[in-house]
Amino acid sequence: MSNRLSDRILSLRDWVDARFPLTKLWEDNLTKYYAPKNFNFWYYFGSLALLVLVIQVVTGIFLTMNYKPTAETAFASVEYIMRDVNWGWLIRYLHSTGASFFFIVVYLHMFRALLYGSYRGPRELLWLIGMGLFVVLMAEAFMGYLLPWGQMSFWGAQVIISLFGAIPYIGEDLALWIRGDYVVADATLNRFFAFHVIAAPLVLIGLVVLHIVALRSVGSNNPDGIEIKKNKGPDGVPLDGIPFHPYHTVKDLVAMAVFLIIFAAVVFYAPEMGGYALEKDNFTPADPLKTPEHIAPVWYFTPFYAILRAVPDKFIGVLAMGAAIAVLFLLPWLDRSPVKSIRQRGMVFKTALTIFVVSFISLAYLGTVAATPAATLFSRIFSILYFAFFLLMPIYSRWDKTKPVPERVTSK
Amino acid sequence: MKYLIFVIALLFGMPQTAFAAGGSDLDLDEANIDLADKVSLRNGAKLFVDYCLNCHSAELMRYSRIGQDLGMTDEELIAELLPTNGKIGDTMEIVMQPKDAAQWFGIAPPDLSVLMRVRGEDWVYSYLRAFYRDESRPWGVNNSVFKDVAMPHALWELQGLQEAVVETHIDEDGHERETITGFKLVESGSLSPEDYDNAVRDLVNFMAYVSEPSKMQRLALGKWVLGFLFIFLILAYLLKKEYWKDIR
Repeated sequence: MSNRLSDRILSLRDWVDARFPLTKLWEDNLTKYYAPKNFNFWYYFGSLALLVLVIQVVTGIFLTMNYKPTAETAFASVEYIMRDVNWGWLIRYLHSTGASFFFIVVYLHMFRALLYGSYRGPRELLWLIGMGLFVVLMAEAFMGYLLPWGQMSFWGAQVIISLFGAIPYIGEDLALWIRGDYVVADATLNRFFAFHVIAAPLVLIGLVVLHIVALRSVGSNNPDGIEIKKNKGPDGVPLDGIPFHPYHTVKDLVAMAVFLIIFAAVVFYAPEMGGYALEKDNFTPADPLKTPEHIAPVWYFTPFYAILRAVPDKFIGVLAMGAAIAVLFLLPWLDRSPVKSIRQRGMVFKTALTIFVVSFISLAYLGTVAATPAATLFSRIFSILYFAFFLLMPIYSRWDKTKPVPERVTSK
Repeated sequence: MKYLIFVIALLFGMPQTAFAAGGSDLDLDEANIDLADKVSLRNGAKLFVDYCLNCHSAELMRYSRIGQDLGMTDEELIAELLPTNGKIGDTMEIVMQPKDAAQWFGIAPPDLSVLMRVRGEDWVYSYLRAFYRDESRPWGVNNSVFKDVAMPHALWELQGLQEAVVETHIDEDGHERETITGFKLVESGSLSPEDYDNAVRDLVNFMAYVSEPSKMQRLALGKWVLGFLFIFLILAYLLKKEYWKDIR
């Protein structure tokens, strides 16, 4: 009986395989995709980002069923979800917490690339697609933050869109075109909703597919920064590679469990994240006539916001903010070191990376506080250090003393 | 591993210091509310309906939900909280129009549905106990927590009327400044000072509940979800160990 059933399932598989490369896709991407066996802590954040994407898409679909995207009804409909929709509060908190965790995971994922030189050849396109993902994710989060239509939603959008007005000649018209009105208004909310629920997620998911296709083609980097494809056994399998499934899938499952414990702890016990994920002022409905005392974007934008505020001239500030993101795209060509991984780099790169991390986190903090003279001074210092990390990289990365790259991956 | 710990310490240490620095400069009294105390919540609901719900609405909150969460029957809801001819499924709306209100008070009284999540419990608790006599103000009272507030002292008949105890001192720039150091009751109300504090605490408790009615449900469910995830983590870890036995 059971034998006949499994025979029938196998023949169904063969039937599909004759018409669609099901087994081939499965093998190419999972069971016969060989990934380095020495992945460490930093290698969990790719699959975790995928997990958060799924959480955001699924909770987003359910939120859309009850959210009403007009200036009149948006704020009340979010509270309707929080109160009258069954499990609405949970769906909403999963989505709002998911937004912050998306950025935590993506920032750590990008930091991994910095540590081990994952952006270096032959992975330049993998890095560029990833950077594209980062930019679309920022747009997605920015437009999503307008939807609850609280004071911070409104004034955050008002401030950021008005930045386009700083562009000479076309600026004001461009800002007007983006808003669809002279101030952020119903028209803005409607179009942001459209972009947030369909346009940006479509691009995001498309880029995720490209990102994975590119990764499967060049193969993962690893903490030792060596190409495992250079050492293949007689069967053509990399000696340091192991099948992605089941080995890395079960390993990632453990990471997902740990991640979900932290995520659930925030969702159930601190969904406001101390006012960082859900800002206090955003529980006041948007009021175009009342400017809040202190307008700060959500925490994941604050490093770039701090760079913007550090520059006295508004237009140059906007350019600096754009450059802070654009310079990341150039990373594969700025790094001239003969080695990839931090394990073989010398003190110069390690010091530079530490300064960069400190600058980035300090800018993130400075972007949340009021622009006092001291805060502005520190913002300027850390902005210069931020850019120095990238712009001086062609010099110091070549200059740095490096260790020889090992032949095979190390076990520790 | 060293830089891993370093980065994590940076990532998690920073926002906390930021949070500590972002506190209010006002000295607020602690509200010490208890969302599980249904007697307190029911008393707070009664006070809210009697004293707040004439000028302030809470239009995102439904009476039926209050009944459900506070363990009140429909009859109790009708007797204690509902306005005349009100329906169980109604939201807490008021008759006064915002336009009229703006004319009478200078500003329309804000809706109180989620106000607690903007101001915080301690702020509202302190604010409702900080009205004092000030003849220069339109309603004859001022407030030390919210200076020159447009709201009259709605709980006046409960608390009575107090006067501010003022201390004059010279500040850093050499200007004379007056600071309010305390209050003195000059006209007693129907409640003793201690009972008044408790009444305000109940009211704040109810307002905190209204601002997030699902909070108790959220905290209760959290334990089970975390418990499930811990068991899942153990099983996932054992599964990983089993598979990775043959990898060296």
